[in-house]
Amino acid sequence: MNRDHFRVLVFNLTTGEGKITQLDGRDRVAGGSGLAAILFNHYGQMEVPWDAVDQPLIFTIGPLTGYFPLMSKTVCAFKSPYHNQYTESHGGGRSAMALRFANLDALVVIGRSPVSCFLEVGSTHHRVRGCGFLRGKDVLESGKILRRISKGSGHRSILRIGPAGENGAAIAGINVDTYRHFGRMGGGAAMGVKNLKAIVLQGDANFPLPQKTGYTKLFAEVHRQVTSSGMMKKYHDLGTPANLRSLNELHALPWRNLQTTTDQAVDRISGERFAEDTLLRNSACSGCPVGCIHVGFVREKFMADHRYLYRQVGYDYEPIFALGTMLGVTDSFAVLTLLDLLEKSGLDAMSAGVALAWATEATEKGILSTEETMVPLIFGDAASYQQAARLFGTGANAFYRLLGQGTLKAAEMYGGKEFACVLGQEMAGYATGEVFFTAQALGFRHSHLDSGGYAYDQQHAAQNVSAAVNFLLQDEASRALLTSMVACLFARGVYTETILAECLQSLGYDNLATNIPQLGRDIQKLRWQTRIASGFRPESVTIPKRFHQVTTWKGPVDPNYLHLLQTGYAQAIVALADKQD
Amino acid sequence: MSPPAGPVVYLGILNGNFMKILTTPHMDRCIGCHSCSLACARLLHQRLSWETAGIRIKSSGGLTTDFTAVHCLVCDPPPCAAVCPTGAFAPRKGGGVIVRKKLCNRCGSCATACPVNAVFLDQEGEPFVCVHCGRCVPFCPHDCLELVDSDSVSSATKNVPSEPLP
Repeated sequence: MNRDHFRVLVFNLTTGEGKITQLDGRDRVAGGSGLAAILFNHYGQMEVPWDAVDQPLIFTIGPLTGYFPLMSKTVCAFKSPYHNQYTESHGGGRSAMALRFANLDALVVIGRSPVSCFLEVGSTHHRVRGCGFLRGKDVLESGKILRRISKGSGHRSILRIGPAGENGAAIAGINVDTYRHFGRMGGGAAMGVKNLKAIVLQGDANFPLPQKTGYTKLFAEVHRQVTSSGMMKKYHDLGTPANLRSLNELHALPWRNLQTTTDQAVDRISGERFAEDTLLRNSACSGCPVGCIHVGFVREKFMADHRYLYRQVGYDYEPIFALGTMLGVTDSFAVLTLLDLLEKSGLDAMSAGVALAWATEATEKGILSTEETMVPLIFGDAASYQQAARLFGTGANAFYRLLGQGTLKAAEMYGGKEFACVLGQEMAGYATGEVFFTAQALGFRHSHLDSGGYAYDQQHAAQNVSAAVNFLLQDEASRALLTSMVACLFARGVYTETILAECLQSLGYDNLATNIPQLGRDIQKLRWQTRIASGFRPESVTIPKRFHQVTTWKGPVDPNYLHLLQTGYAQAIVALADKQD
Repeated sequence: MSPPAGPVVYLGILNGNFMKILTTPHMDRCIGCHSCSLACARLLHQRLSWETAGIRIKSSGGLTTDFTAVHCLVCDPPPCAAVCPTGAFAPRKGGGVIVRKKLCNRCGSCATACPVNAVFLDQEGEPFVCVHCGRCVPFCPHDCLELVDSDSVSSATKNVPSEPLP
């Protein structure tokens, strides 16, 4: 399976035809994030809007995908409807393994179908099928129908969008196998604009493994480390929702549109509370024994005489922050109900929750009324938020459709930019301080996973701009390396540079192995060059005043330090992209 | 197609587990990670695959919406061996089959005869079936799988609760 090139399926929805192509560059970019950047440079149009017919929607995996535990992520890359620039979003489920067994390093979708359609891709076939009958169907219903009409049960991955993506919401995500997502930066709209409702990846090939390279022994060792380290407990036990209580104690948990960073009510929606009251079961991405997916349940009495229905809702820290603490909703079942509604619509739950939090404060301040929101938005009022989630998900009026383009778009029209919790996109749930705010506002995909800025804040009380900027750059490079393999970043503690080199060598990728860590820095640079070529201007990023008003465990945020960090990081990004080889 | 040349490989004999049976008593704990399938393919067949393996995980759908393991349920006598024209599949003491890969002519009869679809044929028609070696067992993070003595198979395959009932 080790190949010195990339095997790419380029499918043109306009013509309904796909072509397998070979692409060079394996030793330069490995795969994943690096490969996505190469492909966007090849197929993307930097100066043309995101919704142009020929803009590509790219899915890539890496050289280690499937070969080692937790090498289970797929990179999705596209020109974002959120900011009209190049971006990435990462997702798991079975998508990475299914692409591997479809014998592809990447899938590139270009063109636009004349009718609503879905794409079926396997190792020996690819075809587009019309699916007007799925138009407007929610994410879960679409999944059920696709499972019925497309083959490959258990060994396939179904990527689909909901009404939000079909309607062009810039915060619409792509659902992967029900409980995972390419959630952020509007991948759902990038797919919807192509009239592409779903992609079914049918992993039906298999490959010989290398012999006499120590591969099997190395796999066993990595598996041992993965399952015996604290990582197993951290991500499987309470999972990421364990952050709720610890961040609240640190005065770093955003509450009610970031008006405060701690509240005693956290005990009602802590990770412990979710696990004890709502957890139904765990699930896993294919190829990962950790099983970090937490599936909770909501029971609803819909009729007298004890007539109940129940729903299964996957939860994590981020949606609990966005739909719980950010909205002041402190009932775990109410949070899951809200999450379920947004999941079905295909809106990204994080972005949607933060946007609704802004709309609620705007209502408090008299900027908005029910004329726009249709239902009264009040922090803590879960019933109203449920109605709002339905309205938001379907884009029920001009206000919700504008809010679906991003909080700042709505704030530009109605006012209230100063309390919009936007750092490049709607904030992630870490009010840890100046370094994180800078890291997300300027980060490559505006994700808390771009770099460990939140951890740096917690470990460094002293202000040191150059040290913080250097940390962000170096940490981002190491993560760019991992997301080019493509690893789940939960495994970053196990996949050290040494282990990564051993893994690559065991599969015959000697050139890649010997080029670590420079490889990560090269990929980091290529990604930034691509982003900047597509229109990103780091120096023009603004951080709303709300982030100047935050008080964390370190005390009030220092606006001057935040400004210096922002300036320093922006300059460093530009310098990195301009640096001569 | 004539059998490939080369030494006869007796899957299910070399591991020395004649009297052991792979059971799946705790599939209600399964998280769908495919670690078992990948381990079988990797360790027994030297392949990267979630299909060319003696145990394969499917989402069962239906009313219970959990996972199910597709693997050999140790028929005794095994109908797959009965229809095999070359002796590649032969009855194993205690149920199930011994597989002699090099004798296989890839006719696919074994897969057709299996009542529980436990024999997987790859794109070249090569059959893959569980030989009850147990190499998948340690890779299951939730102890869904157990290798037990064949004479205890009837009780072992029952859906035993993870905790004793009061």
